[in-house]
Parts: sequence; C-alpha cells; structure tokens
Amino acid sequence: MTMKSIEEFTSREYKYGFQTPIESDVFAKGLSEDTVRAISKLKNEPPFMLEFRLKAYRHWLTMKEPHWANVEYPALDYQDVIYYAAPKKKPEQLKSMEEVDPELKKTFEKLGIPLMEQKRLAGVAVDAIFDSVSVATSYKAKLLEIGVVFCSFSEAVEKYPDLVKKYVGTVVPYTDNFYAALNSAVFSDGSFVFIPKGVKCPMELSSYFRINTEGSGQFERTLIIAEEGSYVSYLEGCTAPKFDTNQLHAAVVELVALDDAEIKYSTVQNWFAGDPKTGRGGIYNFVTKRGACRGRKSKISWTQVETGSAITWKYPSCVLIGDDSVGEFYSVALTNHFQQADTGTKMIHIGKRTKSTIISKGISAGVSNNNYRGEVQMKESAEGARNFTQCDSLLIGAKCAANTFPVIDVRNPTATVEHEASTSKISDDQLFYFRQRGIGTEDAMSAIINGFCKDVFRELPGEFAVEATQLLGLKLEGSVG
Amino acid sequence: MLKVVDLHAGIENRPILKGFSLEVKPGEVHAIMGPNGSGKSTLSKVVAGDPHYEVTKGDVFFEGKSLLGLEPEERALLGIFLAFQYPVEIPGVNNASFLRMAYNARRRHAGQKESDPLEFDEFLREKLKTVQMNPGFINRSVNHGFSGGEKKRNEILQMAVLDPKLAILDETDSGLDIDALRIVAEGVNRLRRPDNAMVVITHYQRLLDYIVPDKVHILADGRIVRSGDKSLALELEKKGYDFVGVK
Repeated sequence: MTMKSIEEFTSREYKYGFQTPIESDVFAKGLSEDTVRAISKLKNEPPFMLEFRLKAYRHWLTMKEPHWANVEYPALDYQDVIYYAAPKKKPEQLKSMEEVDPELKKTFEKLGIPLMEQKRLAGVAVDAIFDSVSVATSYKAKLLEIGVVFCSFSEAVEKYPDLVKKYVGTVVPYTDNFYAALNSAVFSDGSFVFIPKGVKCPMELSSYFRINTEGSGQFERTLIIAEEGSYVSYLEGCTAPKFDTNQLHAAVVELVALDDAEIKYSTVQNWFAGDPKTGRGGIYNFVTKRGACRGRKSKISWTQVETGSAITWKYPSCVLIGDDSVGEFYSVALTNHFQQADTGTKMIHIGKRTKSTIISKGISAGVSNNNYRGEVQMKESAEGARNFTQCDSLLIGAKCAANTFPVIDVRNPTATVEHEASTSKISDDQLFYFRQRGIGTEDAMSAIINGFCKDVFRELPGEFAVEATQLLGLKLEGSVG
Repeated sequence: MLKVVDLHAGIENRPILKGFSLEVKPGEVHAIMGPNGSGKSTLSKVVAGDPHYEVTKGDVFFEGKSLLGLEPEERALLGIFLAFQYPVEIPGVNNASFLRMAYNARRRHAGQKESDPLEFDEFLREKLKTVQMNPGFINRSVNHGFSGGEKKRNEILQMAVLDPKLAILDETDSGLDIDALRIVAEGVNRLRRPDNAMVVITHYQRLLDYIVPDKVHILADGRIVRSGDKSLALELEKKGYDFVGVK
C-alpha cells in the first residue's frame, strides 16, 4: 500500500460536529473583575468562593501565557472569549430528569449519552455538562443513600460549602500556572464527588462535557475527594461542534485520596480537532489535572485516551505524599491531520516506598505532532520509592512527528527509576503481510493499533474500553478499532 | 491453476521480470531456481499483488481469471498463499488472533460461519502438530522476536491453517538448519494434495530432496532459460549456473 492510500485511510469526518439550536444566556465577550463577580453572583456563591476567584483573577493578570510546550499557535486574545454560556432553562429549577429541555436530551442522546436513568448503561451515573453548566446528574439520590455525593460543582458550593472550602485549590493552587489561574477565576461548573470513609462507590461515575456555543470557552472544575478506605471510578467524555474559530477549554481537576483510598480517573477526549484539510478551528485543550495521594497506601490512577482537540496540553499528575502510596498514568494520545499534542504526566514521590507507573502510547498520523513530556521526581524523603516508565510511539505515514521529553530528578539514593522507550512505524510491509493473508487494510490497522494500545485499554472500565477502541477507529477512518 | 503469460514487471521503474511464462496445474509442485537478482522473489510478490511492484506487460491468470486487477486480500481469499522470504514482525498482535482473523476472513468469503476463539483454539492445536510447534508459540506476537527458523515454521503453520489452493514458498529453506528444514518440508508435504499446487522458490537443491518437484525451472535475468524434471536441479547443483549459460 502506498503512502497516498495510508493518507486517505486516516481521514474521516468528525461525527459530533453538530450544534444544538437552543436559546442560551450568554455573557458578552471579554474578561474583567466584573465578569468574575457576575459569574459568582449568578451562581449565588458564598463570599469565600468569590474571594478565591478574585485572588485568582488578580494573580492571573500578573502571569504570562506559557509557551514552553512543543506546540505552535498564535497568541490567544482572552478578551475575545465568552466566559459564560448556559441554556436558558435553569437547571436548578428542574425537579426531575423529565424536565430537562428536550433539545438537550436529544443532543446527549445523539452523543450516545442518554440522560434518562432507565435508559442509561447499567451501573453508570452521569453528570452532563453543556457549555458552562451542569444540565443533569443521574442516580444522584440513589448514591446519596450510601453517602456518596455526586453533583455539579455549583450545587456542591451551595450544599457542601465546607467540603469545597476545605479542598478546593489545595491540589492545584490558583498560582500553579496561567490556565489554572484563569480557570480559578472564571470556572463555571464541573463535577463534584465525595466518597465518605469506607464506602466503595458501587457504580461508575461519569461526566460528559459538551461545548455548544460558538466563541465560548469551557472552564470546568472537578473535585473528587475519597476519604479513608473508599474507592471510586470516574470517567469523563468530551465533544464539541465544528466551528472555524478555535475554542478554549481550560479545566482544572483536583483529586484527593486519604488513607487506603483509591481513585481511578479515566478520560476519553474527543473534542473537535479542527478541519482535517486546513487545520482551521478546533479546541485548545489546556488542562491541569492533579491528584494528591495524601494518605498512607492511597492510590490514584489516571487513564486517558486523547483523540481530539487541535492542541492538547495536559499532564495528569500524582503527588505521592502518603507512605506506600501509588500513582499510575496510562495514556493513549492520538494525533492526526494538523493536531498537536504535548501531554504526559508528573509523578512526585515524597512518601516512603511510594510507587508509580507510567505507560504512554503516542500514535501520530497525517502531519500531526505528538509529544510525550514526563517528569519523575524522587524527593529526599522518598526512601525506597520506585518508578517505571514506558513510553512508546507509533508513526503512521511519513509526515508526522513524535517526540519524547522525559525529565528524571532523583534526590534519594535508595529510589529506583526505570525508563523504557520505543518508536515504531506501521509499515507497508506489515499491511501487505495482513492483506496477503486475506485481512483488509482497515482490519489490519485496527489490529496493529489495538495491539499497541492494549496495555492502556485494559485499564479502562469495561464498556468504555470498547468505546475507546471504536473511537480510535473513527479517528483513523473506516473500521480501524 | 496458475498461468503466467509473458510477464514484464519491476519495481521503481527498474524492470526485473522480462517475459516470464509459466503454467502450473493442480497437483503439481514446481521449483524455481536461479541466481540472486534473477527475479524469483519479484515473481512471488507480483502474483500475490504487492503494490510496490508494477506490471508493464503480460498477465497472470488464476483458475482462468486475471489477477492483475485484484487487491492482495482478494487474491488471498481466492486461495493464493505466499510464504514470505522475510516474514515481517508485528509487535502487539497476538499470533493466535492473527491466525483467527485470517481464517475467519476466508470463512466469511466462503459464506461459512466464523470460528469462535474456543473452536479455533482446538483447530489450531491440531495444526501446530504439522509443524511440531510448542503451543506457547501461538500466544506470542506475530513473528516478533522469533528466530529465523521460527518465522519460517510460522509461515507453514499459517499455510496449514489457511489451506490454500496455490502456495508459493519463497526461499522457505534459507536460514534453516537441517532439522528445521526437515520439519518444514514434512509440514509442506502433508499439505500436498491432487487439487492444490505449489511453487517452491529456492537456491538450493537440498530442499528438493524433501519436497520433490514435478518440474524444475531455471530463472535468469527475468525469464525461464531452462525447464526439466527434478534431475535438472541435481545437474545444476553439480555444474553451477554456468552450464545453463548464466553467470
């Protein structure tokens, strides 16, 4: 098979590119202290939240947009962004799922996320976030019976202000980086999860993010707290319509795991990636995700399948404070056409015998640019800590690029760090070998890519592994996947 | 079964086959011998449909139908099998699932029910015996980290699973020690039937001690310069290519 046919093969229409015709409350473009106050007021927030936002905003004004990542884009105009957009019907007026705007229900159904509980995948609770607000959360009442809080961030600020106040900004302070500061100032909604001591959350919790309004940014904030001995598995999915202009998505996710608690956080990201031929449009996905293993033997595991966005800039990280705590990062990042990704993780070992595993699989096709950036730090206190990193790149075609930027910083002589890396290419010879055995090109690509990603896919919750496999297929045309 | 008529073909504008003709009937085994660069592997790739190669003249018929317009997978599904000289490594793809994909592609093509993993496992264990392979072998990635001999045996295992009408063995003997050669040859012989055919490409006559051919052809500079029975191979072994006027 020639290069040309590989190219044809890797181009396919984005099928979630529709926009929902719905009346929205939309702020005028632009950002000022008034915008921040207006968002806070609209949400009826207590003073501590407004204060947090204002401090963040003022700090943000002193910061510069970072450009150390290996991605290229023109400077963003932060006054040309809509900071708040929400469907007209206020979610807090809803008494039950039946009252959700039919247009919204239709939208989520079209995306494969039915909001009606009886239709929902068995054992999965969903929080659906549309532009700036959460429009529906399923199974909320049922979860509350066992003490699990799963609701929108706005609702949490209202109903559980003490919990929010205690934890928000403690893992990702607003001073952390430019986009975290921006998010802390203008975040509009997101998911909140609290798992009390000793409770194993009986169902998968899932958030689905959808950007609908043209020109709007999405700044959601997610906070997950797992108390002593608890367990939760959480999954997020993302899509957006096709627009010619770039849209900013700057989220912050904070995870806190106390003694013996485990949080499993999975992402399947399929934001609009821009026009395949020109590269116009698409989402700038600039996200700060971090988990703190505060307790002894706590565990945080990130699994991500990144297939969309024009530019991805994210490094889900773990701060391993508690002795014997465990951090994991499993990632598949696929870039095609004009997409750029600079993604990876940070594992910061502070506690004794802390352990981390990093498995990163980058797939580049088209003229895309795929970078792994990782940092492993072994602090002086990290007696007997261990890290294992494996970082593999797969190239499809001859015009794409893959880079690896690992940083290893060891300050304790008893710590062990292992790093393995490989680069491979789907070759014409491999495809011909499959085809000579009667297996078509699409099935061949699918088998090779699934083989490449299987170490990551097996970390995803059951049915989502299938979804991820299919998604990679869609992204690489035809039945790949 | 296979009929090649005045075939001219090459790669990257370099002509390699220059008027090659051959006819193989069901039940026959043909051996093709010749020095390096004479076009032996090109022949196998062109019949299998490798898109790197370009046919400039002539035709290739399989069971009376021209193959030239067909994709490689379509040719494979008609029952053409190529045992590669250099089997490619496919990391991450399990040998058993690869074999099942290929087997099921053929079954689908024949309008038969696909074989599920359990059924297939039983079937595969039977086939493993033909090439005297350890069952652990099928759970490794296709050819990945295999020794030269294991790769060749894996080719014959695939041939046993797919049961082709026409098998082309491209230097399957190269790089094999005498024990491995015997195992491979026995595997091949077990697959010989009156209704299928084989084209065996080799440098050495020693393979032909095990796989006894009906006809032997000597290929030089892109065409057959001499044909005969198995004694031609013995003569060639004794006298070298000079005796047929080939350097």
